[in-house]
Amino acid sequence: MNNRTNAVWAIIFVIAAIFLGWRIATGNFGRIYVKGDPVSVKAEDGSVAASWQTYTKVPPRDHLESGVSVSIPRTIGLWASAILTLCIFSFLYGDNPFYKTAESIVVGASAAYLMVIGFWTQIIPNLIGNIVPDWTRAWATPGLDPEAKADLVYLLPLILSIMLLWRLAPVGGWISRWPLAFFIGATAGFRLIGFMEADFVAQIRATIIPIWVRNPAGGVDIWASVGALTMILGVISCLIYFFFSLEHKGIVGRTARLGIWFLMVTFGAGFGYTVMGRIALLSQRLEFLFYEWLWLNNPTADAVSGTASLIMPALGG
Amino acid sequence: MKRTAPLLIAATVGFIIIFSTFIPYTESWGEDSMIWFDILAAVAFVLGGGNLLKMNLKKVSDRRPGWAYSAIMIAAFLITLTVGLLKVGTHPNAVYWNKPWSGDYIGEGSALWWIYEYLIYPLTSTMFAMLAFYIASAAFRAFRAKNVEASLLLGTAFIVLLGRTYAAIILTGWLPELAHDAEPSFFGQLWNGLRLEKLTETIMGVFNLAGSRAINIGIALGIASTSLKVLLGVDRSYLGTGED
Repeated sequence: MNNRTNAVWAIIFVIAAIFLGWRIATGNFGRIYVKGDPVSVKAEDGSVAASWQTYTKVPPRDHLESGVSVSIPRTIGLWASAILTLCIFSFLYGDNPFYKTAESIVVGASAAYLMVIGFWTQIIPNLIGNIVPDWTRAWATPGLDPEAKADLVYLLPLILSIMLLWRLAPVGGWISRWPLAFFIGATAGFRLIGFMEADFVAQIRATIIPIWVRNPAGGVDIWASVGALTMILGVISCLIYFFFSLEHKGIVGRTARLGIWFLMVTFGAGFGYTVMGRIALLSQRLEFLFYEWLWLNNPTADAVSGTASLIMPALGG
Repeated sequence: MKRTAPLLIAATVGFIIIFSTFIPYTESWGEDSMIWFDILAAVAFVLGGGNLLKMNLKKVSDRRPGWAYSAIMIAAFLITLTVGLLKVGTHPNAVYWNKPWSGDYIGEGSALWWIYEYLIYPLTSTMFAMLAFYIASAAFRAFRAKNVEASLLLGTAFIVLLGRTYAAIILTGWLPELAHDAEPSFFGQLWNGLRLEKLTETIMGVFNLAGSRAINIGIALGIASTSLKVLLGVDRSYLGTGED
């Protein structure tokens, strides 16, 4: 990076810091309000056996209502989320310690999050719940079928699971090949059937359509007919392009070339859609920063000064 | 034993699942296999987490460059794992109030919910959002309308991008729309079809659909042949080199 680029980025950071300082000095922002709902459970004799509060997020404009208060954990979360979002955006400048820190947090948390989901949705109800149902029902999943009996066949996936975890051991790595083989075989079986049903037979069936389309009045819908004919021609020409057992010469070559054109349109449409999806995500993140964190959309009557209402129309708010 | 048994396991499981689709008697075998598969997939996440921990602990203990980031990753991993497995901050299920572990592990207000809501979701979506900049930058440098194919790709992308924004209304909003109460004429349909939002619909519903269908048919055939190669033991790459 040259000095001019560094200077531009320095100016951007200084402006952002001044803006943030101005927001802190002039208004309330970056808070999450919640409303508590008491939950009480009655025992058989009618007395209250247990009670606790659940909290629901409410919009900032309701902050003066009774029972509404600032949620400290959620407000900390909002700030952590905003600061880490800025850390991730800092990668646009280049790789830096802020980005690496945020990246490490998200990788570590995501890996553990997936482990926890697997534990509570599969290992406990399906594995442990089938081997020792009474014990599982007693503490973790009381809603488990009360008639369920121990199914010792599930000792096999337990053994396969232990064999899979053997991969972490310094010796005997081949032991994990057995569960891996189960995994590969099952995937192959599911995919073969699933793809043949959904992506082969169903796609061909959906392509066999009338090319002479009638409108509700009984006449010929010319554009719908042209569309149907084009679609059928497109599928056939693309498939001919994928078919390499015939040399792409003469009529086959010309049809294959038409197939390439259809594929190019498909890739262009895919590209356009992907870009639009990413821009929508970007817009969501900017909305989060400007509206949910900085409150530039004036979510409470007394939250921001009039300057923000001048800024927001320019930002599309 | 080290290589034959896995081949037999893969073939048996795979063909049981395939047969369970065609033979009603074996339908439950396929369902059980699916449950076993899900259990092993969950355990695979444990393996992945364990491996992540092992590699990063080694990096920290060796004080290799970037070890501090590994330490942060380990801390994030262990904190998330602990609060998730212990269901920190969850309330018991109202029906089973006397079972403290009966609550939803990711219920609103729980520690794991907090981590997902304020760390994992915003950060992963920001990472994906940043791709908008890189895609635009790469497209600006790479897209050149040098021939028919490239022009088609570029033109389609441009139309689809415009057709999904207000720019479509501004640019082609002057073209007449179809009247709902009369049978549309040929030219009425033509002008209406040239509006950018309608053109986008046509591209997506005709040209893109045709290309996608052909690609999907090709993928299905590829998956079917690869699956058969694996099940019949022709493709054994998943067994590794056999050095261990």
